[in-house]
Amino acid sequence: MSFDIAALRAQFPILSQTVRGKPLVYLDNGATTQKPEAVIQAVDAYYRECNSNVHRGAHYLSDEATARFENARQSVADFVNASREEIIWTRGTTESINLVANCYGASLKAGDEVIISTLEHHSNIVPWQMACERSGATLKVIPMQPDGSLDLAAYRALLNQRTRIVAITHVSNSLGTVNPVAEMIRDAKAVGAATLLDGAQAVSHFNIDVRALDCDFYAFSGHKLFGPTGIGVLYGRKELLEAMPPWLGGGEMIETVSFERSTWNKLPYKFEAGTPNIAGAVGLGAAIDWLQGQDRAALAAHEAELLRDATTRAEAFQGMRLIGTAPGKVAVISFLLDGAHPHDVGQLLDQQGIAVRTGHHCTMPLMDYLGIPGTVRASFSIYNDSTDIERLFNALEKVKSFL
Amino acid sequence: MESFYSESPFGTSITAEEVLDSIGFLDDWEERYRYIIDLGKSLPSLPDELKTEERFVRGCQSQVWLAHQFDPAENKIYLAVDSDALIVRGLAAMVLAALNRKSPQQILQYDIQDYFTKLDLLKHLSPTRGNGVQAMVEKIHGIAKTLNAG
Repeated sequence: MSFDIAALRAQFPILSQTVRGKPLVYLDNGATTQKPEAVIQAVDAYYRECNSNVHRGAHYLSDEATARFENARQSVADFVNASREEIIWTRGTTESINLVANCYGASLKAGDEVIISTLEHHSNIVPWQMACERSGATLKVIPMQPDGSLDLAAYRALLNQRTRIVAITHVSNSLGTVNPVAEMIRDAKAVGAATLLDGAQAVSHFNIDVRALDCDFYAFSGHKLFGPTGIGVLYGRKELLEAMPPWLGGGEMIETVSFERSTWNKLPYKFEAGTPNIAGAVGLGAAIDWLQGQDRAALAAHEAELLRDATTRAEAFQGMRLIGTAPGKVAVISFLLDGAHPHDVGQLLDQQGIAVRTGHHCTMPLMDYLGIPGTVRASFSIYNDSTDIERLFNALEKVKSFL
Repeated sequence: MESFYSESPFGTSITAEEVLDSIGFLDDWEERYRYIIDLGKSLPSLPDELKTEERFVRGCQSQVWLAHQFDPAENKIYLAVDSDALIVRGLAAMVLAALNRKSPQQILQYDIQDYFTKLDLLKHLSPTRGNGVQAMVEKIHGIAKTLNAG
């Protein structure tokens, strides 16, 4: 391995603590990732050195805050291979999707169709249900194969001239499945549909290139990418963003305001009403700069090794049923133990210092489809190591002795 | 009266005082969780036909149902709880140890938060932390209030 896992872990202060007297094993990275020193310091430095409102140009501090804020936007743009005016700050993936469902979705009408998939998080279901209710459009759902991959033949059968939007997750949060999104986008384009990718679970694992993917919208959250909470990103193709009406009205998003009418600011500000989460954006920029400074190929190889190791152990573990075994997966194992409720397993792991997520993972329709109440999900990140996996499976042996 | 009411040991042979006593003797988390899980296993199951929407307790990570029957002659509420998760069953059993087979007035007067605090202070064991036990108690209080007013 061409990178030093101990040195990498040492950059994440939270990982060195003990929980209930045991070393913390953090395997809930699908919910949120931990933050390296570089991010914590960038947020700290912003407040210590240049806290001020942005784009007001009134004084030195404001100029400095604006520079850091806009540099962060440029980092995001470079990270996904977009131009900076196509990068809109939001509170997170959920808000990004809601923005598209409201503004792009404003043109939906009765008879139109919106396609999502069985794997979606509630955040990429509910905004579209609401948009369909408002417009009279119909929501269609791509079914799934037993291994957790999407049924692409069924997807193609759903596509037609009425399909206006295809909104799918890049990576399943519950199962870790990586969807063949480039191919799915090509198929959507062929019928003239716009495409949105929910990238929340993808961005920390591999490079994103919105030009190569050719998607119209890409949504993700900072906190799942080693950045702060409360900051997220919507990438939108410029022509579409320009054609869309604004969503929230207020300061910053306007060009001129009179009591008769207002005109809108240029991109990306048209969609950024109010004082933004400046510290969050600066922190996310720092997270991306930090990540881009790592050997990402080595990180990806490390994660792939974690997934192999965990899967091999899971398959050998008596009484464990893996949920989601698609050929393309990020480093996530979702599972059930025979006769044990996921909630019990999670609590007994927690007592042993191991943080996992249990339940439906905000994918109730997926759990209904699988006919299970939920799963136990161990989701790995770059700073996890083989010791974490060993501790997880040792702790699971102990869990079995209880149930 | 159905057996899951009449044969429940909670509130009769297993009381709140006994739960507090037993937990107090247990030294580590493993012993305490084994005790809770054993309590959960000794909780009588509810028949599926009683697992209805109106008996469903919201706010739980696992599914929880609460059934009750009032005996006017004795002025006692018989409670029965079921869950698909063992630890929640165990925590529910602890609640029943304190509140089962009591009059509506006794239920409303009983200081359940003090009981939880004692459990928590004893061994960092909080039945209230996001597991729906608090919601279960609120539902029991609602039943007691309705009967008390009636």
